[in-house]
Parts: sequence; C-alpha cells; structure tokens
Amino acid sequence: MSDFTKDANEDNFDSIVINSDKPVLVDFWAEWCGPCKMLTPTIDAISEEYNDRSTIVKVNVDEAPAIATKYGIRSIPSLLFFNKGKVIEQKVGAVSKEELTSVLDKLIEG
Amino acid sequence: MYKVIIIGSGPAGLTSAIYSARANLNPLVFEGIQPGGQLTITTDVENYPGFPEGIMGPELMDKFREQAQEFGAKTLFENVDRVDFSSRPFKVYVGEKEYVSESIIISTGASAKLLGLESEKKLMGFGVSACATCDGFFFKDKEILVVGGGDSAMEEATYLTKFASSVTIVHRKDHFRASKIMQERALNNSKISVMWNAEIVDMHGDPNDGGLKSVDIRDLQSGDINSHSTDGVFMAIGHKPNSDIFEGQLNLNDSGYILTANDSTKTSIDGVFAAGDIQDFTYRQAVTAAGSGCMAAIEAERFLEDH
Repeated sequence: MSDFTKDANEDNFDSIVINSDKPVLVDFWAEWCGPCKMLTPTIDAISEEYNDRSTIVKVNVDEAPAIATKYGIRSIPSLLFFNKGKVIEQKVGAVSKEELTSVLDKLIEG
Repeated sequence: MYKVIIIGSGPAGLTSAIYSARANLNPLVFEGIQPGGQLTITTDVENYPGFPEGIMGPELMDKFREQAQEFGAKTLFENVDRVDFSSRPFKVYVGEKEYVSESIIISTGASAKLLGLESEKKLMGFGVSACATCDGFFFKDKEILVVGGGDSAMEEATYLTKFASSVTIVHRKDHFRASKIMQERALNNSKISVMWNAEIVDMHGDPNDGGLKSVDIRDLQSGDINSHSTDGVFMAIGHKPNSDIFEGQLNLNDSGYILTANDSTKTSIDGVFAAGDIQDFTYRQAVTAAGSGCMAAIEAERFLEDH
C-alpha cells in the first residue's frame, strides 16, 4: 500500500472522509476479492500522484461492514468519490486509472 | 523484447508460466481483470489432484502463481486491451503501453454469461451479480434469486444460503441439467426454493437509490408476467470465452472459442498458442486447463528453437 493511502474504519471514517476539505476517493475492498487486488497498483499510483490535492482511502468491508451497508455497497471493488461529505459519484469493478483520475480532476477543479 | 508473453492467469496461463520459466524463457504474464482466473471466485476445489482434503480456489491459484514466480516468471496485475498479431514479433497493448514478444500464449479463459438486458447492465454491482463468492457477503438476511439450472447455479444457490434468508432458483425449464449430487444438495436445503419454467424479462431499481428492487418474471407456460420484489439476482447461466480482443486476428468458432490444431495448442497464427477454457468447450476443468497450459509452453519453446 502506498504511504499516502489511508485506511478508514468505523471509528475514523467521519474524520478522514466526511470532514475532509479535499475530494476523497474511497476504495471498498476485501482480502477475498480478486478484482480488488488487480486495482491495488492503480489506487497506489493515484495516491502518489494526487496526495497533495485529494485523499485516497481504503475501507476493508470485513472490518467495517457498517460503512459498506450505509453506502449500499453490493459488490466490490466499489469506488466512491466524496466531496464535502457527500457521495458525488460511484464506480464498480476493476476500472482504469483514467476513469478514476478524470472524476478526481473534475472535483479538484471544482 | 520478450520470448513468451502469456495473457491470462488461471490454471492454463500459470502452468504455461511455470514450464516456460523453468525453460529459461523469462515469461511475462498479464494477470487480467481476474487474477488467478475463475477458481478465485469458487470456494472448495475437491477434484484437483494432489489435494485429498480439497483446497480453496483462491489459495490454489496463489500457489500456482508462487510456483511460477519461483522460477522467474514475471506477473503483472494488468489487463491487455488490444493485440497486433499481423507480423512477428507480436505486439500486446495495455492502454498505450506496447509490449513485444516472439511468441504468445493466450489463456484468457471464460467469464459468466448475462441475460443481455439493458436494466441488468445498469444494475450490475447494484444488486445484480455474476459472482456469488464475491458479492454474497453483501446480502445478509436478504431475499435473492439465482438464475440457471446447471452445476454452477446449484453451487451458487447453496453457497448463498450462508448469507441470504431465502434463495429462489429461477429456471427456464421444468428440470435441472445439474449433476444429481449438486441438485440434491440444493433441493434439500430448506432456504432454497425453485421457480420452474420461468424467465426474468426485466429488472427495476436505481443504482443511485438502493439498487435493484424488483424483477419481472415471465411464466413460460402461461405467458403471464409478474413483478417479484427481490434484493439481489445472481447469474449462473453458463460462460462465454474471453476472445473479443482476438476477433479478426485468429480463427474462432461460432461461439467465440479460439480454434486450435488437433492434439495441439497451435492457433491459426504460427507462434500464437491458446490453452485452457479459451479453446476448450468440452472439459473446462482446472486440471485440463493446466494440462493444455503445459502443452502450450512446450510448443512455444519448440517454436522459439525453430525460429
């Protein structure tokens, strides 16, 4: 995992994600999810590139099932984009880096 | 330039990686969107030789990968978008990045078939799933449907009872084609019921508002269509070969499987080999995939010696 990627759990989700003043990309994943592993290098690369302008967060659904339920996750990997505490966009499956960064770019530009 | 590029990382791809790595061909493996292949979305594998107690699919595939890496195979968590086999060396593209190789082994396998409804596509990942072991976790105490009548439908339905409060199998016919042992396992489960002669014709729900809510089911005997509320639909109606990127470059059969020479993994292009479910519409087992992966590696090695 990249040094810039943060792990969120049920205790700190609000402070890391909801109250963040930057756009946040949250990656919902689990150990038993093959496609999630495939996405890891992409998430790491985005973390390195965007760490000054956004926050990249991982949520392990086994450890934080309440967060997964709250956001209606029914499949992983699921990627949620938050801005000012609200979900702006959601992607499901092993998507490309460009698909993710284009949403982040839009949110960063405001 | 590589000597061997392997596209796909199931039993076929990783076995060809083990063999070509041991032959000092330094293979490069593109793992694709499902690293480890279809076995990573199953649970217990009871028919792979050497594991009398059974082994979990994902664990078996981790061992395959480890063994390939042990001998020097390089594996990338990347998906090949496009290939150019029109001249040698062959070219493989991941996004704009080009990789060049003297030989290619294709082991891209197969993936779950879908009904082909527009609404199904929209709700995929939002209540519609083609992978019980991936998504079952999110359906605790929910009422769900499984579509299909083969072994994989029975297996998925049985597995999903661990999470769901009820599982209804929706099947187009009045009998299952699944093996007897799998049928019995499913039908003896008190959480499982069956809707015979029935077909899903539409799905309703908003991906941004709770996902799937209901499906329309047609009774194939009366023709009546009734709405049926449900939290999830799992597809288990068979598989299709992942050969889209090879269309127009290799000879495929009508169902999209890559055609190979008799008793060989040779495709219509010299130096391009195909192994596993991408060319096997008969056996489709992990052990037969591994066997043909071994054949492909040996054939690629001979090809490289001759050219």
